[in-house]
Amino acid sequence: MTIKHHVGDDLLLSYGAGTLDEAMSLLVATHLALCPTCRADLELAEAVGGVLIDRTPTDTAVDEAMLEAVLDGACQDDNAGAPALRASNEALVLPQPLYNYAGGDADTLRWRSAGGGIRQVLLKTVGAGTTARLLSIPARKSVPRHGHRGVEATLVLAGSFYDRDAWYRRGDVGIASPEVVHRPVAGPEQDCICLAVTDARLEFRTPIPRLLQPFHGI
Amino acid sequence: MSLQLIAVAKDRDREAFEILFRHFSPRVRAYLVHRGSDTKNVDDILQDVFATVWQKANLYDHQRASAAAWIFTIARNRRIDALRNERRPEFDPQDPALQRNPVPGGEETFIAWQHAKTVRIALDVLSDEQREVLRLSFYEGESYSAIAVRLGIPLGTVKSRARLAFARLRTELGSKREDL
Repeated sequence: MTIKHHVGDDLLLSYGAGTLDEAMSLLVATHLALCPTCRADLELAEAVGGVLIDRTPTDTAVDEAMLEAVLDGACQDDNAGAPALRASNEALVLPQPLYNYAGGDADTLRWRSAGGGIRQVLLKTVGAGTTARLLSIPARKSVPRHGHRGVEATLVLAGSFYDRDAWYRRGDVGIASPEVVHRPVAGPEQDCICLAVTDARLEFRTPIPRLLQPFHGI
Repeated sequence: MSLQLIAVAKDRDREAFEILFRHFSPRVRAYLVHRGSDTKNVDDILQDVFATVWQKANLYDHQRASAAAWIFTIARNRRIDALRNERRPEFDPQDPALQRNPVPGGEETFIAWQHAKTVRIALDVLSDEQREVLRLSFYEGESYSAIAVRLGIPLGTVKSRARLAFARLRTELGSKREDL
């Protein structure tokens, strides 16, 4: 698997700095699970964070009581949220951490119709105006033509889609900036499953989808 | 400092941890204060960060990160958890679905990047404007749009400064990788 379309420096650096909201962080983290190249870049970004902390001049006194408390284990590190490791022989569509957000792999989820044969699973994330959802687009089907008020990032997890002169496959990220109006089409080999994150609602350019209630959530 | 962290990981070395704590805790504290939280909250997060350093040092991989970079990631994640009340999605290195680097040892070719000294030298090569954008983003935790407002420049300029800075770091460290 060779990834051709990466998350890009804007998102990767913001993720490294910790300034992205949860939904977009989820997309970047999932891409990182699938992309060794971007993992190496993230390490560089985090090294920058380390240097900036390290070279900060400081005249604050060391909190001796806190040092003792930590060494004595007064403050236990809370590990309750750590997920159990999955069996390694599974061929999983959803890498961590997406698997945890969705609550299972793609074939076990409760998909809901989004109209036009497209199915979706909304993912619960915190952050004003940003939404993350899994989409399943039937092979050869297209998503209705739409524009954006904000950025829309789409990460392919299974199958492929074609959009504006490029093919996107597992691990690839397509980014549509606010000025883009497009109509992505799923590849013929299988249904395309992808993670779509938008930082504002999409605006549909054709009248039909406006009537499809479920799509209004997108 | 990475040696001290390795000693904590291997031997639960209390003296090594004390050296780390004396060096980093005031710095991490300053980082947390910059991110706009009240003092009581900052102390709670700070203690949490160092409890993680003390108890999870075995997860530290000195081939992948300097001690400073590793502690930065913990502080960053704890701040997101505590101040924004958000989860921090991260990939899991143990995930069977994780795509490994197809080149044998390929993930290790970037070791040089983690040498804090090299990164520090590389940061000094950047223009003041580029360094300031990285500092506001990584250290003060400002989003690009907040940085644009703060510096009174267009968002696109903030992004291009960050991108150019990162490209420059890559080149600087890439060229130095041969020498190490």
